[in-house]
Amino acid sequence: MSQSILTARIMEALGAGRKALIPFLPGGFPDKERFFDELAALDAGGADIIEIGVPFSDPVADGPVVEQASLDCLLNGTCLSWLFYELEKRKGQYRAGLVLMGYYNPFLQYGLEQLAADAADAGVAGFIVPDLPLEESGPMREALERYGLDLIPLVGLNTSEERLAAYAKNARGYVYFVSVLGTTGMRESLPTEVKERLAAVRRIFSVPVALGFGIKSPEQLYAFGDLVDGVVFGSALIAHIKAGGTAAEFMARWRG
Amino acid sequence: MTIHKKGYYGDFGGQFVPELLMPPLLELEEAMRTIVPSEPFKKELNALLADYVGRPSPLYRCPNLSKELGFDLWLKREDLNHTGAHKINNTMGQGLLTKYMGKKALLAETGAGQHGVATATAAAMLGLDCIVYMGAEDVVRQAHNVKRMKLLGAEVVPIESGTKTLKDAINAALRYWIAEQATTHYCFGTAAGPHPFPLLVREFQAVISLEARAQCLDKMGRLPDYVVACVGGGSNAIGMFHHFVPDETVKLIGVEAGGTGEPGCYHSAPISLGTPGVLHGMRTMLLQTSEGQIEPSHSVSAGLDYPGVGPEHAHYGATGRVRYDIAVDDQALAAFEALCRREGIIPALESCHAVAWVLNHAAEIPKGSQIVVCLSGRGDKDLGIIEAHEAKLGGAK
Repeated sequence: MSQSILTARIMEALGAGRKALIPFLPGGFPDKERFFDELAALDAGGADIIEIGVPFSDPVADGPVVEQASLDCLLNGTCLSWLFYELEKRKGQYRAGLVLMGYYNPFLQYGLEQLAADAADAGVAGFIVPDLPLEESGPMREALERYGLDLIPLVGLNTSEERLAAYAKNARGYVYFVSVLGTTGMRESLPTEVKERLAAVRRIFSVPVALGFGIKSPEQLYAFGDLVDGVVFGSALIAHIKAGGTAAEFMARWRG
Repeated sequence: MTIHKKGYYGDFGGQFVPELLMPPLLELEEAMRTIVPSEPFKKELNALLADYVGRPSPLYRCPNLSKELGFDLWLKREDLNHTGAHKINNTMGQGLLTKYMGKKALLAETGAGQHGVATATAAAMLGLDCIVYMGAEDVVRQAHNVKRMKLLGAEVVPIESGTKTLKDAINAALRYWIAEQATTHYCFGTAAGPHPFPLLVREFQAVISLEARAQCLDKMGRLPDYVVACVGGGSNAIGMFHHFVPDETVKLIGVEAGGTGEPGCYHSAPISLGTPGVLHGMRTMLLQTSEGQIEPSHSVSAGLDYPGVGPEHAHYGATGRVRYDIAVDDQALAAFEALCRREGIIPALESCHAVAWVLNHAAEIPKGSQIVVCLSGRGDKDLGIIEAHEAKLGGAK
């Protein structure tokens, strides 16, 4: 199987002597027009991968900031068909690898085979599905693989080495390490066990490791040294845009 | 019953949860295998059910309605349990399991507040901390149950997100459990959610049909012709059906809430009117848009007001072992009045949906039949809704 675009983007960042930057932006946020402006700004601002949120009425793994943004986007009519249609028009415009992140039911109702086909046509390189653990991931992973797309595994502080190894067997793209036992949202400090568990993840997975959930500032990353290849930020970016800021300013700060 | 994959009932069930919830679910599966069947646990739970909950609950033949209907209408009196509903069967079981697992707190979601009260009761009795997540709308609508939970020592957290009702309380409770899994057991209120909850809750509610089946053989001298229960999430129904499922001559009827009943109205009947999908950790029948967004549900009875249903019910709907029908708000209210006036029993509006099915289908039920209805709860909690309904009709009768 060919190397994943997502792996390649992270390796390019590491080759340039920095961590990969992986912003998360809810699809259709802050509104359907400005979403594509912000997406372009994230891309131009140095994002290596951009995770685009697909809204769901019942986002069980999200904190209040992402949940509210997601519900707002549902109200403004954001849906998968719209995202695919608009992304396909802009296909090839982005340097960053594009990943769709969303809950399983909207993907399931779209039809997994159709989803994979349309995502590939729209230039999407992978999916993250927070409510699809290893046990249930087979059908979606198989559909995505037929179109060369990655299903990014999410693992965390309480994932045993046995389960890490089971995830690692099929992992493509990168592995998303959830740094807190909680939901998405910003934290002032990250627990010390994170480092230990990250070392296990590093040892067990051959794909790059991205750290997410609770990341607030670039300084938090220094402590992890070589254990981390990339960083995901979501709530911080949403809060920044809600407060009137732009994606360009945000990226400038993280690029350092 | 076929479970071809772990935690599946036919095509329904599963474990659609964040990876961070898999360890506590696996821990719970292990506890179900080792603790629940153990003699000390069974002995202690049975003693609690007998002396604290008040089991066995009676199987009672309604003398007046039976005479009018021309067949025997029996009620399995779960309304006579401590706290007034079947919910306590589950919370005592899960509460005791929590102690055996060495955890110190119970977490619960609640809609109408009945499961919250039953969890707070079990927690108080067993010496556990208790935190209850409840939609902010429900906190206002069910102020008395909020007060009960607080009297019992529980912390009640109003949830302001989404539709501010039961499904949002479940989302919030799942999130809280991710963070507090080391010390806290999530005492799920119905036979739904990710595996092993549908199995665990059925385990503790199956006492209803274990007793009822023996009571039928004793009092009727045979098995009943029909067993009827209301279905929201489906815990009283799965408990009422379980030991009758292998009895092929017994017709099992699950009654979903049809809401106000006009075409296109909000309702709570996902098996009858919904489509398959994934919510709250399970693949089941759901009220959803074609794009997979969950739709609001409605019923006059808050305990049935849920856009999904337990996966075993979805399976029995697909196989036809259980017939799922609908009763609408007005039919439930008519059944409420019938039980109050004819039998001197004030039933929960949830249970009235099951009674309504019997009254609505009296013409098709052969004379001399034996019908058992699960009277899952008492109706004191619904007096506010009844008063509002009477006011709408232009004054109390």
